[in-house]
Amino acid sequence: MIDLRGITQIYQGPQGPVEALRGIDLHVTPGEVFGIIGRSGAGKSSLVRVINLLNRPSAGQVMVAGRDMTQLSDAELRAARREIGMVFQHFNLLSSRTVYGNAALPLELAGMAPDKIKKRVDPLLDMVGLAHLADRYPAQISGGQKQRVGIARALASSPKVLLSDEATSALDPETTRSILDLLRQVNRELGVTVVLITHQMQVIKQIADRVAVIEAGRIVEMGPVIDVFTKPQQDITKSLIDEIVPQELPAGVLSRVRSLAARLEAGASGQLLRLSYAGEHAYEPILSHLIRELGLDLSILHGQIDEIQEQTFGSLAVYASGPMARIGAAIDYLRAQGVVVRTVDVSA
Amino acid sequence: MFENFSEMMLELFAASLWETVIMVGASGILGALVGIPLGVFLRLTDKGGILQNAPANTVVGGIVNAVRSTPFIILLVAIIPFTRLVTGTSIGTWAAVVPLTLAAAPFIARLVETALREVDGGLVEAAQSMGATTGQIVWKVLLPEAMPGIVAGLTISFVSLTGYSAMAGAVGGGGLGDLGIRYGYQRFLPDVMLAVVVILIVFVQAIQSLGDWVVRRMSHR
Repeated sequence: MIDLRGITQIYQGPQGPVEALRGIDLHVTPGEVFGIIGRSGAGKSSLVRVINLLNRPSAGQVMVAGRDMTQLSDAELRAARREIGMVFQHFNLLSSRTVYGNAALPLELAGMAPDKIKKRVDPLLDMVGLAHLADRYPAQISGGQKQRVGIARALASSPKVLLSDEATSALDPETTRSILDLLRQVNRELGVTVVLITHQMQVIKQIADRVAVIEAGRIVEMGPVIDVFTKPQQDITKSLIDEIVPQELPAGVLSRVRSLAARLEAGASGQLLRLSYAGEHAYEPILSHLIRELGLDLSILHGQIDEIQEQTFGSLAVYASGPMARIGAAIDYLRAQGVVVRTVDVSA
Repeated sequence: MFENFSEMMLELFAASLWETVIMVGASGILGALVGIPLGVFLRLTDKGGILQNAPANTVVGGIVNAVRSTPFIILLVAIIPFTRLVTGTSIGTWAAVVPLTLAAAPFIARLVETALREVDGGLVEAAQSMGATTGQIVWKVLLPEAMPGIVAGLTISFVSLTGYSAMAGAVGGGGLGDLGIRYGYQRFLPDVMLAVVVILIVFVQAIQSLGDWVVRRMSHR
């Protein structure tokens, strides 16, 4: 659906040229929700605007639905943009138009007759749950409702692609969730491909199928969300995930491990293990196997189980004690089951 | 007091008020017809505008500034040949409308430009993302969004024109200001002067209230 190749963007800043995007290659498949995450200034806003050419890249190819956007004439580009809806962080609704008038704007711009516009806009407002507020002005509705208008407006011209530029960053957590649910519904029921940028991993976790992590104008990590969550490679990714899956154990856990280690029986050894697992492994009775078959003592010290895209994933900090060889066997067993195991040295 | 208010004087007041209404109304409307497009042009060609064009902006902006810098009483007499070309005469109420319009247009242009500047750039970006043409962005986004500000600017312009119109007596334009100068000051009729001032206060007050009311009706922010 979207193919970006070698996208480079250079701005003329006050202190000379600034490279906002440095050779981005990206492929978004039809019907998926593709998330782009990064800290502010990483280039994600520039990147999403390259897709509908609000930002013309300095170099590279922008293919959307099989057309190279950079090669289109002005009129062709305007037509192509009607097939790409966009929602914005600050909604960008016209204060001079009602909810209905805002949602109708793209169709007016396309020259559609008023009665046809009505036939298209009414069901859309119904879908986003705002039919009863059609005559209100943006100043009279809440932030979440404004974003619903923004989504209805973006969908008015029946686009194939929806770009979301930090659509939930100005909203509270509960409203964020309902807006993301709506985007998900749009994706599933209308088959619209969604590209969203955000700085919040929570957003990626809730809605994206695949995610790209962008830092300093480059994509540093990309893959299915569940993989990125369970096996983050880059430091930036780990720190972004940290808000959802803490990467470091709390100090209290480490001091408890030390006191457990001090009370070990003679001949026994202990090892702190950090386990992370996802998918079907989450339902296997793996830990009870360690206790029953290997005769280990297990203390679960810290842990979290969550769900991404209906797949369970979890992370546990477990202190295993018993004969040294059995602990080694336990680690081998866990790895064979597909669990990511990290041993943590706590001897302070 | 008020012993000078003969029937003739009352007719003079009525005629002068009408002349003021003509001068302010006609030059305000004509000035808006020139000034609003001019203001749109200045905004679009400005840095960061959708038709950014520094040379064109500098030239037009320079002309606007030059006209605005010229004292009205000088503009009034300096363009007499042009006025004669347009109206066929260099004296009378309609002859005063020409320089008043010329003074109003650049003033309105700057006020419109300022009002347009208040429109969030995000709205223009949103319209572009929907495939809007430049004309559509002006008509569907910039002007409707800036309309309360533009009307507030026009109100200020009409009030300023009321002040300028007092100088129209220099070309025989008549009007309340001229009445005040000729009868109130030169013939030393203080009651006439007072009445002129009171009528002008009410006149300006009415313009301002009407303008404020329209802005309130339009604004949905």
